[in-house]
Amino acid sequence: MTEFSLSSADRSRLSERRRELLREQRRLNLRRFFRNGHAVAGALIILAMVLLAVFAPLLAPADPLAQTVANRFAKPGTEGYLLGADKLGRALLSRIIYGARVSMIVGVSSSLCSMLFGMIIGLYACYYKAIDNVLMRICDGLSAIPSILLAIALMAVLGQSLVNVIFALSIVYIPRMARISRSAALVVKEQTYIEALRSQGASSFRIIWRHIAPNILPAVVVQASFNFADAIITEASLSFLGVGVPAPQPSWGNILAEGREVITKAWWMVVYPGLATALAVMGTNIFGDGLRDILDPHTN
Amino acid sequence: MHKYLLKRLLSLIPVLFVVSLAIFLLIHLVPGDPAAAILGEEASPEQIAALRETLGFNDPLPLQYLRWVGGLFRGDWGTSFFMEGTMLEIIGAHMIPTLQQTLVAVGFATLIGVPLGMLAAIRHGSPLDRIISAFSSVGISLPSFLMGLCLVLLISVKLRWLPSSGYKSIADFGWQTHIRYMLLPGIALGFIEMGLIIRMTRSSMLEILSADYMRMAKAKGVSRRRMFFRHALMNALIGILTVVGLSFISCLGGAIVTETIFNIPGLGKLTLNAVMRRDYEVVQAVVLLVSLMNVLCTLILDLLYALIDPRVRLN
Repeated sequence: MTEFSLSSADRSRLSERRRELLREQRRLNLRRFFRNGHAVAGALIILAMVLLAVFAPLLAPADPLAQTVANRFAKPGTEGYLLGADKLGRALLSRIIYGARVSMIVGVSSSLCSMLFGMIIGLYACYYKAIDNVLMRICDGLSAIPSILLAIALMAVLGQSLVNVIFALSIVYIPRMARISRSAALVVKEQTYIEALRSQGASSFRIIWRHIAPNILPAVVVQASFNFADAIITEASLSFLGVGVPAPQPSWGNILAEGREVITKAWWMVVYPGLATALAVMGTNIFGDGLRDILDPHTN
Repeated sequence: MHKYLLKRLLSLIPVLFVVSLAIFLLIHLVPGDPAAAILGEEASPEQIAALRETLGFNDPLPLQYLRWVGGLFRGDWGTSFFMEGTMLEIIGAHMIPTLQQTLVAVGFATLIGVPLGMLAAIRHGSPLDRIISAFSSVGISLPSFLMGLCLVLLISVKLRWLPSSGYKSIADFGWQTHIRYMLLPGIALGFIEMGLIIRMTRSSMLEILSADYMRMAKAKGVSRRRMFFRHALMNALIGILTVVGLSFISCLGGAIVTETIFNIPGLGKLTLNAVMRRDYEVVQAVVLLVSLMNVLCTLILDLLYALIDPRVRLN
């Protein structure tokens, strides 16, 4: 039997060709992205939110915690209070800008965290039949608990804090992520090139992470973008109910909770943070829809 | 069908085991001593030790779990530290407003969502389709508490059409008053589901309208009305049924939030009060109950499919 081998010249030509193809693919993807109005509009909204979150200290006109009792419930448009003030005379605009920070931190961390662990569980469940059943039954069981209830119960035992909100939401999203990674990975695993790799003696670790993982990324990223939107809603709901981000720190949810008590005399306390929340969720949702059309056309 | 039923029932066992174990561990893995947390900061070490003993916290975890599950089967779902009566009585009393609200929400979502979705599919590509699709996107993006606040601001505070909060039972106040108080919470809760139902109805109708047998029906001269209602809607019904069934479950969970806005004494209020007072066994019981209802709903949906669509049970 002669051994199959490539000269170094062949090798370099092959890898050059591979890089070219990848570049071409990326260019096509980018073009499809910019042609997709939804994805671009959503991306712009998300970009705006990220900028607000990152540059909050520069953009906010006042300290979000600074109280000026003389200006309690100042109407929108009052000198120094573009969007009005709350019951302690804190500037609503600053509080909303800092609230964007909380939403973005929660959204990004919990969707990334659940993506990482969900992928690990999904990939290993797909690859090793022995643990597949156990892992998937655990995921079934966890996803049978309604997500908002699970989040509330977790917050109840962990206590209120930003980190705990992120932790609770990650726990809520991991089962969905695991299931989606697993079903995408099962399709990839059946491809002949995976069999070829195995017969060449590639290690399981290498097959899983180098060859299966990149191919399930589209489905996983799309799901992560929906988790991101859901995390913004759920964080706001938790804080609204008083079990999320604790009080002086502004979050859209707890601003709205304060607004609810004064809804008859200070409409701005409800309308502006409400608009911010709705816009953020809508932006992420349409971005996710666009992303799905581009990356994962089969599921639509 | 019998075989499918048996298979489906057996598959419930691991799910129920994991659900109960997760809920059990949740409370027992509290950082620190749950007994101390229940009693608060002023409790003496002796009081804490006594409570630990009565609650059985000193036994090994597996034993505690078995005892808890055994209690569930006997109807002993735990005790509240702050409320009278057995846990099932407490939950039963709070269950009714939540169920009523959920029914209004699902009814609203279905009655508005299905016709709008059909309309969008029939007028596919027209401005009307675009308006309906945009409306459903907005619906999906508005969390229920936000929708609730908007409704209160607009309908109660500005227009003064409906009351802004409170609960009036049918028995004491009659149907009309009950519905007047339930309308806003129901709509707030059902709005997201309405968006989802519009989406699902539209896409499954579109899929069926493009099927070969629809072209066949058109070719042999079936009237448009008969085509849409008899041929398309009947086939789209399975997909629609799923979303409606799932919306029932998410409304049960989501009611927690709307109950807070509208001050309705339901399961959500019960849970939140229990969370604030660290009445952990109440939290545990409610989460378990709603999860069980969720599992039950999914089971009923699956069995319904199997009845409607033989492919499901033969697979």
